[in-house]
Amino acid sequence: MSAGLGRFLIRRFVTAGIFVLVVSSSALVLARLAPGDAATDLLLSRANATTIAQTRARLQLDRPIVWQLGAWLNGLAHLDLGRSSLFDRPVADLLRERAARTATLAFAALAIATGLALPVGVLTGSRPRGAFARIVTPVSLALVACPPLLGALGLLWLALATRWLPAGPGSLAVPVLALALPIAAAIERLQSQATAEALAAPDLTAAAARGVPAARVLWIHAARQSLRPVLGIFGIVIGSLFSGSLAVEFVTSWPGLGRLTYEAIVGRDVFLVAGCALAGGVLIAFGNIVADVVRAIADPRVAETW
Amino acid sequence: MDRAGGRAALMPLAGLIVAAVLAPALAPERPTDQFADRSYAPPMRVHVHDAAGWRAPFVYPQVLDDRLMRRYHEDLSRPMTLTWLTNGRVVSIPADGGPLLMLGADSLGRDVLSRVLTGTGRSVGVAVFGALGALLIGAVVGGLAGGLGGRLDRWLMLVADFVLVLPGAYVVLALRGALPLVLAPGVVFGLLAALFAFSAWPHVARGVRAIVAAERGRDYAEAARASGAGLVRLLRGLLPAASGFLVVELLLLVPALLVAEATVSYLGLGFSEPAASWGTMLQDAANVSVLADAPWLLAPAAAIFLVVLVLHASSGARAEPAWLTGGSAVIR
Repeated sequence: MSAGLGRFLIRRFVTAGIFVLVVSSSALVLARLAPGDAATDLLLSRANATTIAQTRARLQLDRPIVWQLGAWLNGLAHLDLGRSSLFDRPVADLLRERAARTATLAFAALAIATGLALPVGVLTGSRPRGAFARIVTPVSLALVACPPLLGALGLLWLALATRWLPAGPGSLAVPVLALALPIAAAIERLQSQATAEALAAPDLTAAAARGVPAARVLWIHAARQSLRPVLGIFGIVIGSLFSGSLAVEFVTSWPGLGRLTYEAIVGRDVFLVAGCALAGGVLIAFGNIVADVVRAIADPRVAETW
Repeated sequence: MDRAGGRAALMPLAGLIVAAVLAPALAPERPTDQFADRSYAPPMRVHVHDAAGWRAPFVYPQVLDDRLMRRYHEDLSRPMTLTWLTNGRVVSIPADGGPLLMLGADSLGRDVLSRVLTGTGRSVGVAVFGALGALLIGAVVGGLAGGLGGRLDRWLMLVADFVLVLPGAYVVLALRGALPLVLAPGVVFGLLAALFAFSAWPHVARGVRAIVAAERGRDYAEAARASGAGLVRLLRGLLPAASGFLVVELLLLVPALLVAEATVSYLGLGFSEPAASWGTMLQDAANVSVLADAPWLLAPAAAIFLVVLVLHASSGARAEPAWLTGGSAVIR
């Protein structure tokens, strides 16, 4: 597998690089094509023509789109992402701060969702008619229908009305739970079904007949087999964490990449838009590669297709 | 999903569309009317029993106690019996009772219930048209890719995979944000539906392609090709095989896009006041200083939750959340 893995990783990193370049370049072009630009405020505030011309020249807005794209790609090669017109700071600094905050949310949510859902799913899957499953299943089905935007608003209300959760600025509880709960519910449902299917398969009946203890059959044999379908959705989950965090960051005033992207797009901050697309693209591409590698470790058949 | 199963599964969606069309007629007040002294007024309770015993449903008019603290009390001396089908309203109370606020009022003193009801058409409509658009694009692209195979197939699926990997909320945000920020409600409706269709088609295309490619190898398809059927006739024969898949996709896409509409409007890039959708209304709810005291502002969130829950259940896909995989490119 190791030689295959090496080749797979090289190929994936090359495609990921192309993906990131295409996404950020299109974001830059899109931001330039949008009506209005960073100098529009000056225009509206009736600044004199020289000031406006100077600002547009400084922001390279007087150059053709292709020229600006070339200049940006050239800067990218030297790890220079340009300067934000909105914040008047280097884009790279802004991205480092904000992307770290979104990554914190995403990782915490993923860790909580997985840590909670896998064992619970094994338990409900092993006894689908037990009392525990009877309570957990409807809760899961409800949470699955509760996307992060709604979850964040509901939890925010709960936090404000009952003070069971901290709701102050910078507190992680509401944004992380809003992201984690629906994903946990989805993973729990999958894990539960996969466990039930694994337990019904003849090889586990045979293992039990050989005298392997029931707990070992469930937590070692069945769990290993059921990991495969569950890990299959992790690639999707990574995308959903990003989309979900956009809404959650707004509801909970979390200064992450999502809000920065929004501010950049609405403020027509060309370099910042491109930078945000770059950072988001890198995080998504990286997350997808990790998800594929983990899946291959759990299921050697995946590695054979590389 | 067979044909009868597909039809049964579509019933809740059909019901929702009918409800969205009828809902504005049920509104007790005009959604844009701002009632003085009713800012954040709580929901009126409908009573059927008082000291004198049982009687027809009635409410007590609200009286403002303290504008700053937004405190109200019920005027117990003036019970107002609900009147049905008068003055062109399904339910109302006499004019001297003030507005009928069965779900409370928002910051500007507007009736939340009426706003939820009139917003249904916008929210559900955009989601349904966006989903149908995505199905159309997905069926055409997937049908071509699966029916023709070869290089075209590889290129089309490459594009599909590319869009599929992008988090849809950002795609919609970027494309919508690049357009003029203030647009007429009708334009916003068409634009959002188009953006949703554009960002949600790849998942449909992938599924349709797989089904069509598998069908293409069957005997009936070989026979059709041998007898000289062109691509269009071939696809007309092949695509029905994907109809069950398309029904499930529709039932997954509508709730996913409903959530997408809520997100975009909540961010201020969708429907803007006074043409409020459910997402627009949630802007009011996210106000930390009032949410604890005015939970009725979450009514649109509850409406979205219910619709997602019902459609999701009717799709039969129990494990994977609709907003996660259905509109995979939208709200994944």
